[in-house]
Amino acid sequence: MTRTNLDRRSVLAGSLALGATGIVWPRMAFAQAAGTKNVLLVVLRGAADGLAMLAPTGDPGFAALREATLPNFEGARKADSMFTIHPSFEHVGKAYGKGEALFVHATSTSYRKRSHFDGQNMLETGGTKPFAKRDGWLNRLVSLVGESAGSTPKALAIAPTMPLALRGSAPASSYAPSTLPDASEDFMQRVSLLYEGDEQLGGLLSQALETQAMASDSTLRNLRDAEAAGKLAASLMTGPGSARIAMIELDGWDTHANQNGAFGRAARKLDALIGSYRTGMGEAWDDTLVLVATEFGRTARMNGTRGTDHGTGTATFLMGGSVRGGRVIADWPGLSNAALFEQRDLNPTTSLEAVLAGASAEHLGLDPRLTMARLFPDRATKALEGLVRS
Amino acid sequence: MSSDSSKASIALNRFGLGIRHNESPPSNPKRFLLKQIDGYDPKPRLLAGWDDTTEKAGEIIQEVRRQRRRRQSAMEAENQKAAQPLAQSSMTGDASMAPETPERPRPTISSRAQILRHDTALRTQIAVESNTPMIERLVHFWSNHFSVSAGKPGTPQQVGNHEFRAIRPHVLGKFSDMLKAAALHPAMLIYLDQYRSAGPNSTWQTRRRKRGNGQERGLNENLAREILELHTVGVNGGYSQSDVTEFARALTGWTIRGLLGVERLAAPQSPGSDYVQVAHEPGTRTIMGRQYEDTGAKQALAVLDDLATHPSTAKFIADKFARHFTGDTPPPALVSRLETDFLRSGGDLGGMLRVLIDAPEAWTPQPLKFRAPYEWLVAVLRIVDEDKLNPRRVASGMRALGQVPWRAPSPAGYDDIDASWAGPDAVFRRIELAERIARLVPSDNVMERAEAAFPGSLSAQTRTWLSRAESSKQALGLLLVAPEMMRR
Repeated sequence: MTRTNLDRRSVLAGSLALGATGIVWPRMAFAQAAGTKNVLLVVLRGAADGLAMLAPTGDPGFAALREATLPNFEGARKADSMFTIHPSFEHVGKAYGKGEALFVHATSTSYRKRSHFDGQNMLETGGTKPFAKRDGWLNRLVSLVGESAGSTPKALAIAPTMPLALRGSAPASSYAPSTLPDASEDFMQRVSLLYEGDEQLGGLLSQALETQAMASDSTLRNLRDAEAAGKLAASLMTGPGSARIAMIELDGWDTHANQNGAFGRAARKLDALIGSYRTGMGEAWDDTLVLVATEFGRTARMNGTRGTDHGTGTATFLMGGSVRGGRVIADWPGLSNAALFEQRDLNPTTSLEAVLAGASAEHLGLDPRLTMARLFPDRATKALEGLVRS
Repeated sequence: MSSDSSKASIALNRFGLGIRHNESPPSNPKRFLLKQIDGYDPKPRLLAGWDDTTEKAGEIIQEVRRQRRRRQSAMEAENQKAAQPLAQSSMTGDASMAPETPERPRPTISSRAQILRHDTALRTQIAVESNTPMIERLVHFWSNHFSVSAGKPGTPQQVGNHEFRAIRPHVLGKFSDMLKAAALHPAMLIYLDQYRSAGPNSTWQTRRRKRGNGQERGLNENLAREILELHTVGVNGGYSQSDVTEFARALTGWTIRGLLGVERLAAPQSPGSDYVQVAHEPGTRTIMGRQYEDTGAKQALAVLDDLATHPSTAKFIADKFARHFTGDTPPPALVSRLETDFLRSGGDLGGMLRVLIDAPEAWTPQPLKFRAPYEWLVAVLRIVDEDKLNPRRVASGMRALGQVPWRAPSPAGYDDIDASWAGPDAVFRRIELAERIARLVPSDNVMERAEAAFPGSLSAQTRTWLSRAESSKQALGLLLVAPEMMRR
């Protein structure tokens, strides 16, 4: 609990009560413009296990499928009578307690096979088939915000190369701190001249230079661990001219063997990243939406090597100051053999695309139908509503 | 604007890995390439002293585990001494955050970091010095096709062995031979969890169950799935979940020595791995409509032989091979000719290369590919006189560029499409590294070298800015990132 947050809220409330609108209005208007809303997409590569992330400990079928993992959840934070949050999610759990984290369980994209690469392709392009679309849905979100707000928000991938979700016609940049010393300015200028007229290289270089200028804080030049990455993301998304829509990737979720240890390690990294990001965002946290998504889930049963193989349904979560959190949304399919998808995976009952489109639309003040149609076209599914306070 | 490339420049750059600093451009580009097919040496001079530790894979893992236990008990002792202050760092769970133990016991088999560093430098040096660079490109291509990563315990000591032993000898041979050698090499068995997989109804498991001792072991379908999806027929190749599971059953018994506690019963196999009959799932298997009798170790080999020549494999490989040379969307006619040749020859990879060299589509004068970071670095090291470069510096350059050999983020290997590499930050890093390298190496005759590297293809713009450089070092730096160097 930070003092600044409380102070600001009480100032706002107090001012309104006193009718001192002259001071408060400009600030509020500014806060409501699309230009100050932030979205951070965190992609978990490798198929994160939803049944470990948010364990359905209240389902009698769970113990039979996951006996070896039960001790993990003893004493862990309960989301409600049905679900228990993985103990590695310390910051996420705290945010849940404050009503700032919302879980959606038994989700999946419309992909129903089990290839990481096809699954990630669909998660990032928003297509209805792998490799059917060439641009990413997050990039289309950038365009959509631009059209409705009149100016295109800055978009940034915190990665050395551009991930698919952010590729497309809207301008986006990628950045990861380099371990190399800066090239001298003169040399850089000459390279710019050398690239003059070369559309591809010239464009890439000028984008790189722009981002470089934004990330002037040299103490954050090291993406050594997840915490630093979270801080870095926050530093690139706060302050004038900073990125509004960003994306970061975490791997290590393909837990084929020794699931307990492997999942815990990956989850702690994710938790540290989100924790430091939240701290770094400061007051802007109230205007921030974090979306966490993975390509698909894992088998409900453990395999022969205390791990899980590629599956289907999984869990996802949203965080942020205006998320209507502290609850789990799930049309719970159950875990009996007959209830499992193809008798092996958690059956997905909620469309992940509907969650992503719905939350983005509410958070950014966009029309949910239009948002769904642009980000995830050619589907009958409607965007989910009531996820974020508008 | 990128200028058109001459045939000589295409032979050097699109087919090869760039010119060597003391080499002259080829006068007959096609013959220059065909001669490389005959001149290729799977075991070049640099590999003469290589110690193939493939067969020690199990021993190495045991040693890794012993070291970890020793470290843990040393750390616990340390923790007890100063119980409080360390509590926080253990919560992060991140090894890099853990305090260094004051003395590391010297491992009996030299350390994994040393081996990995040595093998990575060796692979790069072979490519940089090679006079058959087109074939070295294929080594990297196939090594990436059968990608293994040094990120798992036991693999850092094996990823080099994997390429040197399972890939190099087969790049001009039969695909089935490479498949069997690469997919069943200990590096792959560890990387994709196969070595722990056991038949639920195998003799070993039945006995354990009866005695009620030890933890139950069972199937792990990771390797089976990735062989189908990534190495052979491809994701749309026509297999089902039941084919994956059946294949995983056929693969049981293939493991590495000294880990299951049944080494007495192990039979050494040619990829350098072991086959343990008692862990094998008994029975006939049905995979993609074909039946495979239980012939022990040979059951999986028979499946691999069929997969290697499957029509879906021919299509998948032809497409991937063509994409590597002709860009993100390879010409369908070329893909189809490669596919036909693959099918007709039963997967002769040398034959497929000849088809490519004969294909007009591969000689299109406009650049077709953005060079991937590692490839760019190899081309840079070939064009400069790299003797002065510290291998550690080269390794840190590779890390900064985002493409370290045997470190791909997934079993699919590194991407081979432009959008994955042509990013703002990626270009920026190349520029930073180029300037640094140019400062460290001799920079004489830059313009002559540029003309030789891209014979008849250097753009007026590049020539202008090289000639206007304020120093020869700067000119060399600019050459290393010129548009001609970035694409092929």
